[in-house]
Amino acid sequence: MARRAKGASEINAGSMADIAFLLLIFFLVTTTMDVDTGLARKLPPMPEEDIIQDDSQIKAKNIYVVLINSNNQLLVENEFIDITQLRAGAKAFINNNGRNPESSDNPQKAIISLQNDRGTSYETYILVQNELAAAYRELRDAKAMQRFGMMYANLNKTQQKEIRKEYPQKISEAEPKNIGN
Amino acid sequence: MSKFRKDSKKDTPGISTASLPDIVFMLLFFFMVTTVMRETTIMVQQSLPQATEIQKLQKKSLVSYIYIGSPVERMQGTYGTKARIQLNDAFATVDDIPQYITAERTARDEKEVPFMTTSIKADQNTKMGIVTDVKQELRKANALKINYSTRKKVQ
Repeated sequence: MARRAKGASEINAGSMADIAFLLLIFFLVTTTMDVDTGLARKLPPMPEEDIIQDDSQIKAKNIYVVLINSNNQLLVENEFIDITQLRAGAKAFINNNGRNPESSDNPQKAIISLQNDRGTSYETYILVQNELAAAYRELRDAKAMQRFGMMYANLNKTQQKEIRKEYPQKISEAEPKNIGN
Repeated sequence: MSKFRKDSKKDTPGISTASLPDIVFMLLFFFMVTTVMRETTIMVQQSLPQATEIQKLQKKSLVSYIYIGSPVERMQGTYGTKARIQLNDAFATVDDIPQYITAERTARDEKEVPFMTTSIKADQNTKMGIVTDVKQELRKANALKINYSTRKKVQ
């Protein structure tokens, strides 16, 4: 009774650290730090059935045909190449600007056509997509460096749009076909 | 000299632990804020392919996931080793995708629907056949924004 008269005694906060530790360990265990990363792409809308696709307007020389077979081998413009050569090949094609009459007229007209087999491994497909994206990224970086003295990623929105207009990323994926096993 | 000797004879005072809860709470809040709880159990093998030209996925709330791969080892007894599609918590077929996309759309605000992305999380050993089928279904469902989930390549 004498103690209570002195006023309410303070709550012992010594175990607060223990409780906090317990919670901390729970969140430490459940936490996942990984951010989702990946290659962003836009699929073409489904073609309407009654409209026949007219590809004849695009000159064959403006199309860079990349085929991947079920053995994960690459056939680019009717030539069998290794994946390490793809980036340089694509860059040369896009940035041809009419120098080679067999290759593209200019980067705006250049289209990369990608076709794969049902048996192609996803890993190879991503590698090819990555190489093609890298080719475009390098070209854009070079242009941005030349014009603004900065890498493409560091430019502001309007500047990026300007560069994108010059090097539009045109990767077309053919309607799926079964080329053969 | 005697001054120093006198000091060393004394007992060293214990370190005050009064600020320990504060430090722990600080860490606790950090982890509470950064933590993301996993809402689906992944039942397919997921060793994602590597790439260098990657972008971060913005707005996680607008992303729907499609997992593709062969079932994990403990499920191979029941489901075999053939690559399968997983939507939410269950195995599915390609025909279930339009329904899944519609369900995902109705769960979101109408204004946000055009910004929705579908993330394809496919195992690197899967064949393109199943991935192509999924892509065709997505095109039919008019979910055109996709993202091939990859890891950053370590050089």
